[in-house]
Amino acid sequence: MRGITKRYPGVLANDAIDLEVRPGEIHALLGENGAGKTTLMNILYGLATPDSGEILLDGKQVRISSPSDAIRRGISMVHQHFMLVPVMSVADNILLGEEPMAGPIFLDRRAAHERLHELARFFGWELDLNAPVGMLSVGWQQRVEILKAVYRNAQILVLDEPTAVLTPQETKEIFVMLRRLTTQGYSIIFISHKLYEVLEIADRITVIRRGKVVGQRVPAETNEKDLAQLMVGREVELTVDRGTSHPGEPRLTVAGLHVRDDRGREVVHGVDMEVRSGEIFGIAGVAGNGQDELVSALVGLRQPSGGRVHLDGIEVTGHRPRDLHKRGVAFVPADRHRYGLVLSYPLTDNLVLTDYYDAPYARGIVRDEAAIRQHASEAVEQYDIRTPSIDVATATLSGGNQQKVIMARELDSDPRLLVLDQPTRGLDVGSIEFIHRQAIAKRDAGTAILLVSAELDEILELSDRIGVMYRGKLVVVMDGRSATKEEVGLLMATGGRESAEATVEASGGVPR
Amino acid sequence: MRLQHTASVVIIPLLAIVLALVVGAVVLVLSSPLVGGQLDVMLPVKAYAALAEGAFGSFNGLVQTIVSSAPLVLAGLAVGIGFKAGLFNIGVQGQFLIGAVSAAAVGAGLAHGSPLLAIPAAVIAAMLTGAIYGFIPGFLKAYTGAHEVVTTIMLNYIAIQFVAYLIIGPMRATGATFARSPDVGAAVLPILVGRNGHLGILFALVAVPIAWWLLFRTTVGFEVRTVGANPDAARYAGMSPRRILILTMSACGLLAGLAGAGEILGISHFMPAGYSTNVGWDGITVALLGRSNPIGILFGGLLFGAMRAGSNLMQIQAGVPVQMVDVLQGVILFFLAAELIVRYVFRVRAAHAEVTELKTISRSYGGQTTP
Repeated sequence: MRGITKRYPGVLANDAIDLEVRPGEIHALLGENGAGKTTLMNILYGLATPDSGEILLDGKQVRISSPSDAIRRGISMVHQHFMLVPVMSVADNILLGEEPMAGPIFLDRRAAHERLHELARFFGWELDLNAPVGMLSVGWQQRVEILKAVYRNAQILVLDEPTAVLTPQETKEIFVMLRRLTTQGYSIIFISHKLYEVLEIADRITVIRRGKVVGQRVPAETNEKDLAQLMVGREVELTVDRGTSHPGEPRLTVAGLHVRDDRGREVVHGVDMEVRSGEIFGIAGVAGNGQDELVSALVGLRQPSGGRVHLDGIEVTGHRPRDLHKRGVAFVPADRHRYGLVLSYPLTDNLVLTDYYDAPYARGIVRDEAAIRQHASEAVEQYDIRTPSIDVATATLSGGNQQKVIMARELDSDPRLLVLDQPTRGLDVGSIEFIHRQAIAKRDAGTAILLVSAELDEILELSDRIGVMYRGKLVVVMDGRSATKEEVGLLMATGGRESAEATVEASGGVPR
Repeated sequence: MRLQHTASVVIIPLLAIVLALVVGAVVLVLSSPLVGGQLDVMLPVKAYAALAEGAFGSFNGLVQTIVSSAPLVLAGLAVGIGFKAGLFNIGVQGQFLIGAVSAAAVGAGLAHGSPLLAIPAAVIAAMLTGAIYGFIPGFLKAYTGAHEVVTTIMLNYIAIQFVAYLIIGPMRATGATFARSPDVGAAVLPILVGRNGHLGILFALVAVPIAWWLLFRTTVGFEVRTVGANPDAARYAGMSPRRILILTMSACGLLAGLAGAGEILGISHFMPAGYSTNVGWDGITVALLGRSNPIGILFGGLLFGAMRAGSNLMQIQAGVPVQMVDVLQGVILFFLAAELIVRYVFRVRAAHAEVTELKTISRSYGGQTTP
């Protein structure tokens, strides 16, 4: 791609970008949210047309007008959100859209299955092609997505943050797969903002900032700090200096807590824990081990089916969100679009979403618009929320700024207990740094913080103590400063059972 | 920023009206042989001019426009406030009828007393029973998940038959030539202006600012809007979606009942067995035209009231049947629902992340947002 320029109203999304990907190369595209990575890839995939610039494939200039055109030319894209039909089998998902026909009506599955088996063997997998995709782990679903692209004779694979939802083990396995593909001459464009991953897997790294290529690196000649600085344009603290913590009295005490999920199955089986003032208690675990239900029970969104919760020594088991909020529980939810924000609301309303009913934002039932607006102006200033005005719909803000709106709201009340559920998921380096700093500052001010994250590095960097959640139980609680990544990762995957069988099962459950 | 927002909200309804007038003109031209015997390309101009003259051309026409608008505005609010909470209230007709028959009953009972007692009693009775009739689907939705579209439609039929039973049976006026309730006598709303500008028009005029204030300036309104926009976030924020659903449906029923009181006490002065009204459907169109905003609904109601008021003169002067107004109203509703067509015709780009009322409804339908 040469001199690609794309202008949207008000922004120059791509400014004369050059990108060259060689056969058999893994080329990482690194940049903050909104840097222009997605626009560039959309141009390559035929979803957008550049204002100027040209695309050359094998030296020949081409015009890519649509995704089907791109696929025909051997360019395939694996999206961050899987495009799979859960109830259909692995094979049918791969064939979907390009069904092999025997005659005008009937499918010819046999030949296609033959080729799929061959591909699976090539990667060294034992994959049941007839298993419904919904039964597979996220890691395997990711592999099916990539297999789909390979099956369609893609020569260039674009992977948009493929590891965002994977465990460290699953990530390693995907990396093995990608390496194997490159030996066959496939080219891979790897979009990510996880620096260590990029350093591990990429042959070359192109960094984009504000629509411009700001640098190109080879992993051997760079490090995380250098890359982060290129990305953000200033010096960034990758690991926030967490200083020393001074844990005080127990603030949240959970005893024998049992919680059921929406389908009525018990998914939290008797969790005991304690979060003290002035400490960060991190819960690590592969997604879907009961963390979501545990958190929703602690913040009042779900009734526990057994056990007790005490806050500051007062029993609050099963209390409603409003009551818990009044007692000083602040909650930054994992799904910020579903729970944390009303996207159509202006910032002003979202910044008082949990405090709207009381002074100073209301007297009786009458809202005090002036107070609400003043609060919004102050919050935008204090939390560095980048927005054209406090009256724009919150949906128009970037993910990092949306999260800052939630943080501003939840931290403003000086909470006694702060529950951070996946607080940096999908955010860029700058926003992550900001949110980590805020968490540390609150810890130092004596707030008890419960941090739940699938991001192992985040847990390790921030937590004073770490609990590992496995199949609805807190299998171990350890010291956060001495824990190693390997140790916690293995516990996440096995729950402490050391057998090899358990490792395989938890890292993706090889379907046979 | 605010101004720009207002402009983008107002533009689609305005363009929908323009498109509807164009489509209406085509219909008029094509049907003109039936009126004058030959194709008459000037017929739309004549018809629309007569329509406007009938609605705004004279003092009495203007009063008639306002009188016709009053129930439409109230019905529009009864639908629009529901939209704000993510509810599709198709039950305005039923709530209106229940309110109307209550006003007729109380009015008849106090017909020989003092107006100072009879009027408030009849109006309050209508609001209260309307509210109860709105409470039922609200409660069913909140506690059983029964979708309000289904329950309110069914409650409409129940209301129609129940009113017919009351008027034919216990409430029938003795000596009347057809089945109707007795005159409301002292409860008749006084005429304030012109030939028939009764007190009921004030109900609508007062309801609009109150509704606006409640929705946008109070914590209750904030809860209603939050539940409508994102029920999960509402729960997270400590609100009770159930309480809000019930409260909102009751308020909608109250407004519809008030509209019923205005029509009975202000215009007909009694309730016939087969009171036919389109007020429920008109309310939906008015609410959509007004984008569920009370002020928009006021203008939407005035527009439709004007078309109703002017239609007679249109029939007399241009020979176009009054039903042409229904055609226009239907086409407006069509273009509001098919907003994409309007955007395409006029090249209006969609604002980012705009949540329209129709999207809210289609999202809630299917029970995804059970509280």
